[in-house]
Amino acid sequence: MPNIKTLAAREEKQARFAPGHSLCAGCAEPMVVRTILNAIEDPVVVANATGCLEVATSRYPGSSWNVPWIHSAFENVAATIAGVEAAYNALRRVGKVDRRIRFVAFAGDGGTYDIGLQSLSGALERGHDFLYVCLNNEAYMNTGVQRSSATPACASATTSPVGDAIPGKPQDRKDLTSIVAAHHVPYVAQASVANLIDLANKVERAMSYEGPKFINVHVTCPLGWRTKRDSAVPMAKLALETRYWPLYEVEEGRYKVNYKPKKDVPVEEWLKGQGRFRHLFKNPDLKSKIDDFQAAVDRNWDELLRKERWTQEDAPETP
Amino acid sequence: MRKVMTGHKAVAEAMRQIEPNVVAVYPITPQSEIAEYYAEYVHNGLVSTELVPVESEHSAMSACVGASAAGARVMTATASQGLALMVEILYIAASMRLPIVMALANRALSGPINIHCDHSDAYLARDAGAIQIFAESAQEAYDYTLIAQRLAEHNQVRLPAIVNLDGFTLTHSVQVVEPLDDEPAKKFVGSYKPIYPLLDVDNPSTWGPFAMPDYYFELKRAQVAGIEAVPETFLEVQKEYEKATGRNYRGFFEAYQLEDAERVLVVMGSTAGTAKVAVDELRAAGEKVGLLKVWLYRPFPYAEVAEALSHVKQVAVLDRAISFGAQGALYSDIATAFAHRDRRPALFNYIYGLGGRDTTTEHLTQTLSELKSARPGEELRYIGLRE
Ligand SMILES: Cc1ncc(C[n+]2csc(CCOP(=O)(O)OP(=O)(O)O)c2C)c(N)n1
Ligand code: SF4
Ligand SMILES: [Mg+2]
Repeated sequence: MPNIKTLAAREEKQARFAPGHSLCAGCAEPMVVRTILNAIEDPVVVANATGCLEVATSRYPGSSWNVPWIHSAFENVAATIAGVEAAYNALRRVGKVDRRIRFVAFAGDGGTYDIGLQSLSGALERGHDFLYVCLNNEAYMNTGVQRSSATPACASATTSPVGDAIPGKPQDRKDLTSIVAAHHVPYVAQASVANLIDLANKVERAMSYEGPKFINVHVTCPLGWRTKRDSAVPMAKLALETRYWPLYEVEEGRYKVNYKPKKDVPVEEWLKGQGRFRHLFKNPDLKSKIDDFQAAVDRNWDELLRKERWTQEDAPETP
Repeated sequence: MRKVMTGHKAVAEAMRQIEPNVVAVYPITPQSEIAEYYAEYVHNGLVSTELVPVESEHSAMSACVGASAAGARVMTATASQGLALMVEILYIAASMRLPIVMALANRALSGPINIHCDHSDAYLARDAGAIQIFAESAQEAYDYTLIAQRLAEHNQVRLPAIVNLDGFTLTHSVQVVEPLDDEPAKKFVGSYKPIYPLLDVDNPSTWGPFAMPDYYFELKRAQVAGIEAVPETFLEVQKEYEKATGRNYRGFFEAYQLEDAERVLVVMGSTAGTAKVAVDELRAAGEKVGLLKVWLYRPFPYAEVAEALSHVKQVAVLDRAISFGAQGALYSDIATAFAHRDRRPALFNYIYGLGGRDTTTEHLTQTLSELKSARPGEELRYIGLRE
């Protein structure tokens, strides 16, 4: 399993993602991208959906990518990397490529949960050998913080603003990780910028399988969440502690929850540090929304533990 | 050897001989049989192709882009709604200078939904940056598939290419076709040399960057150089095809009884066959009529078309789709061809054959006859329409 030392050594040696991008100061995405690329030793080809990462790393004539990289459109990164992988298989078959090359797709939550879901589902079903990474910052950040189906309930986004009649996003978020798991691909996981070693381990485990792999990474967006610039990691950590964003993996159908907080930390602790939820704390009429939010978090957590118990007889007891 | 086959089979045979590394396809009438034939070749081990049976045409073109950028020779095929889904990515393919070759089994765009032929799909992709060629017969669809592959992959060109064949009329009707033997076909097509492939991991390249106002314009201008290299290359490849096969394809269009013609039809696709019969009938009656059948639609051979028609008195330009609020797309091209010429025929725009409506010899002899006394004007005229 990779540790800080090996990751740092690989960063030194491979330098796959160059500094000098234009992601916001305090953005969680570059740490995650570097960690993922360093967790893979083989050569990689990266495909990137339209979104913050793509726009901020490929402004012509510059590029942050020291690995082969392709961006085509917003909703098609899974089909694009599928094409690259198909080309690899075909060219290997006729002896034109002899190296082992790995394939990684990066897309935001909008590009994954919403507009790219069909293309992702198709590529998962066809069984292409690739790792799909959703950089889940819970809204369409690149285009100005519009709501996505990953945006949590009540959050203020530019297309779900806090108004007198409707206070933020009325709907709950979609459970995309479960949708991906329902494709019965070999490896599915949730990870977070709050635990980069866990992320690196997951990437390494994912890459030990042939076929489609999926990791949904929770990445703080200080701009869209309206949190402090230096809070990317602590905010993401609170999401783990409050069980809002559980770290878990589904390996060949077996669920494993990687982190079970010892203490019950109410989700309020995560909500209150973010401007997008400020209305919940300012307006006493909205207090019940926080209770609803907590109830949804509890329900999801319990369901996850049940799945773990069902699929993993030898899993540790729930705390 | 002469064989009897459908247009589908003819295109599929050309594809088998080209043997692309990757084929990504999604079924749609009247294209599906191309995908089906190709799947049979793959599943019977006749080709080394990686078949990607995608979940939509959008993904078909997206996978083609990924595969082509990776360094593979790539083909696909579609029709109508399928092309409409592809168009977003077709523009991107052209901007990346990817030589993806595809058959387009021309079918009317919805709505209302219809499965039969017109050219609204081809016109939809008109400005995407892809080369477009129209075939009159299954034989031409076969020959031009091989030619398009060489053309698209030419180092100065490197652009996607669409070979149009009329849905049902060409795709499903059984015709006499003379395909090449595998060896000469493969030799003609040759092998593909990609540039800056993604799979060259030691020399990483960035494909599909973000370009702001400071560079976007220059990048699009650079793309013009690719499409401008097409005409000369087209003629070169035709010549080589003639050398390899003895088949005479010369020029951007076929001129039929055009030399001394006073009244002329301009068409694309299978209706040219009907038009030839109409021309023959009227010629037999002593009338000086002719036909110009466009092969190369994009880039449009303005100067050559104008030259070929400059002696003509009246020209009926037949568009198999409506460009709502404008003259027909082909008509607009022909009119543009004469924009800077003093000597020009009177031009008439006819819309015909929408949604698979039959266009008969009688329709076309009548069109040619009425041209004599027709008063020039911008109005659209319709062939075979119940008003
Ligand atoms: C077909 C299409 N629709 C809309 C857009 C505009 N668009 C570009 S990026 C984006 C949002 C990206 O959101 P997400 O995938 O979550 O990535 P983020 O920027 O948040 O990292 C949108 C709406 C587009 N480029 N293409
Ligand atoms: S908007 Fe958010 S996700 Fe995008 S670069 Fe800025 S901090 Fe990162
Ligand atoms: Mg997002």
